[in-house]
Amino acid sequence: MSLDTATVRRIAALARIRLEAAEVERMQTELNDILGWIEQLQAVDTAGVEPMAGAGAVALRMREDVVTDGGIAPRVLANAPDREGEYFGVPKVVE
Amino acid sequence: MHPTDFTLAGAAEALHEGLISSVELTQAHLDAIAALNPRLNAFLAVTAEAALREAAASDARRKRGEARPLEGLPIANKDLFCTEGVATTAASRILAGFIPPYESTVTAQLRRDGAVFLGKLNCDEFAMGSSNTTSAFGPVENPWRRGNDPDARLVPGGSSGGSAAAVAARLALGATATDTGGSIRQPAAFCGIAGIKPTYGRCSRFGIVAFASSLDQAGPVARTVEDCAILLRSMAGFDPKDSTSADVAVPDFARACARGVKGLRIGVPKEYRLDGTPAEIAALWEQGLAWLRAEGAETVEISLPHTKYALPTYYIVAPAAASSNLARYDGVRFGHRTNGTDLKDLYERTRAAGFGAEVKRRILIGTYVLSAGYYDAYYLKAQKIRALIKRDFDEAFRNVDAIVTPATPSAAFGMDEKQDDPVTMYLNDVFTVTANLAGLPGLAVPAGLDHQGLPLGLQVIGRAFDEETVFAVGGAIERAAGFDALPGLRAGL
Repeated sequence: MSLDTATVRRIAALARIRLEAAEVERMQTELNDILGWIEQLQAVDTAGVEPMAGAGAVALRMREDVVTDGGIAPRVLANAPDREGEYFGVPKVVE
Repeated sequence: MHPTDFTLAGAAEALHEGLISSVELTQAHLDAIAALNPRLNAFLAVTAEAALREAAASDARRKRGEARPLEGLPIANKDLFCTEGVATTAASRILAGFIPPYESTVTAQLRRDGAVFLGKLNCDEFAMGSSNTTSAFGPVENPWRRGNDPDARLVPGGSSGGSAAAVAARLALGATATDTGGSIRQPAAFCGIAGIKPTYGRCSRFGIVAFASSLDQAGPVARTVEDCAILLRSMAGFDPKDSTSADVAVPDFARACARGVKGLRIGVPKEYRLDGTPAEIAALWEQGLAWLRAEGAETVEISLPHTKYALPTYYIVAPAAASSNLARYDGVRFGHRTNGTDLKDLYERTRAAGFGAEVKRRILIGTYVLSAGYYDAYYLKAQKIRALIKRDFDEAFRNVDAIVTPATPSAAFGMDEKQDDPVTMYLNDVFTVTANLAGLPGLAVPAGLDHQGLPLGLQVIGRAFDEETVFAVGGAIERAAGFDALPGLRAGL
C-alpha cells in the first residue's frame, strides 16, 4: 500500500495537523518508507491469535463509583492560553 | 576525591558518616552543571535555589536522626515527569509555559524518600527518538568521545539522552528516565552507565507525559547497577491513580545485586545474532556469557522466533497510541496556542507550530493505521504479532531464568549520522524493543569499550516482576567487566 498526496492530506486533517503544500510531498515519501518497512508483518501467520492490547494485567481493577477529585477549577484553568470566568476560551464555534 | 565522583550508594554512606553534607554535595553538582551544561545541554532547567533549600532541610533532618532512604542525594528528572510548580516541557514547543499543578507519582515518591532535585533533563520530543536530536531545545552531547576522532560530537542516545549524559558526566548521582522502546537502555549503553526499564506496571505512569501507554515505563539511570536498584525501590510501587499499576510488593532490589548467578540458566537468543552487527559487539556478548559461566551460571541457546517482527510491530503500536495520547495538545487547555480563523483552524495551526517533524510523522502514521479500512490490516495485525512476541518469551522463560543480549547494535554515533531516513534511526532499538512489547524488565550494564574507546553495554531481560534476578545477573556482569573507563567530559577534572 502506498499513500498518495490526497491520502496524506486527509490523514493530516484527521490528525488536526496543518501541512503546508511544500511539506506534503516530503511527508508522503517518509510515510511510505515507514509503511513499506512495516509491510513485512503481512507475512506473519496470525490465524487464531488473540490480539494483545497491553502488557499489564488482563482485567482492570474495579473501584467504588464515588467522586474522588474535583472543586479545583482555578488549578485546572491555570495553564489555559485563554479563559473566560471558569471556562476555557476558544474562537466562536456557533454563529 | 571530588564530591561528584561518589556513586549514589557511596554518597549515601558519606552523608551518613558525616564526611560531607547534602548542601556541599548539592553545591558540587550545581557547580558541575554550571561548568558543563552549556556544552552538554543535558539540563533544560536547573532548580538551584530549591535544590539548596531542600539540601539544607535534609541536613537538618539528618541531624534530628530522621534520615530517609535517599536523604540528601542530588538527582535529576527527565522533563517528561510532571513536577508541581516547575515547568515541564517533554522537550516540545507545544507545552510552552506549562506549569504542572501536580506532581508525578514517581517523583513524589523520590521526594518522600528524601531525594534533592537538581532540575529537569533534556530528551527527545515526547520521548520519540534514539539520539536526543528531536528535542525542541537542541540536541544533547554525549560526554564520551572517540579516541581516534576526538572532535566529533556524538549523540547520547535517546530518548533519555539528557538523563544518561548528565549522570555519565557526573552532573547528578542518578536520574529518572522513561523507556517505551529502549529509551532508558540505549542511552545508558551509549553513555557507559547502567539503566533499567522495570516490568510494565512496576512504576506508576501517573504524571508522566504519555507517549504509548501500553509500553511506557519509568526507570532509573545511574553509574552502577546497585545505584539503579536503590533508586528503583523508591520509584516503584502500587498507585491507584494508574489503572495499569501493579499491586505487587516492592522488594529490596539492592540486596539482589550481590546475589550471584550460581545455578542460573541464562538464555542466549539465536535471533539476536544479526547480520551486520559489529564483530566487537558479538565478541563482547560472548565475553559476557563466559563471565557468567565462570560465576556458575549455565548458558543455553534459545529461540525467540518473532524477534525480527518486533520493530515494525512497535512502529504500528506506538504511533497508534501516540496519535491518541497527543490529541490532547489542542491549544485550549494548556501549552502553546496559534490562533486561527475558527476552532479547527486553531487546532491545526497550533499542532503544526507546536510539534516537531518526528512527532508529526508518528502522529500521522498512527492516525493512518487506526483509520477506517486500515485498522485490521495494520493495528489489529500488530496486536496479534505482539501476542506472538510475548508468547516467545513465555516459552523461553520456562527453561531459563534470564536472557542476555547486546544492548545496542552500535556504539554512540555522530550527531550528523543516521538522520537521513527515519527507519535507519528506528533500528537502534532492535535489541530493546521486545521487552517493551512483552512488558518485561530489561537492564543495560556497561561491559566494555569498542575500538574507538566508546562504551558498549549488555542487556539482561528477566521474567515479569523478577527484577531481582535481572539485578543479580547485571551485578555479576558489572563485577566481571570491571568497567572503569571515564568519559572525556566530566565534572571534577
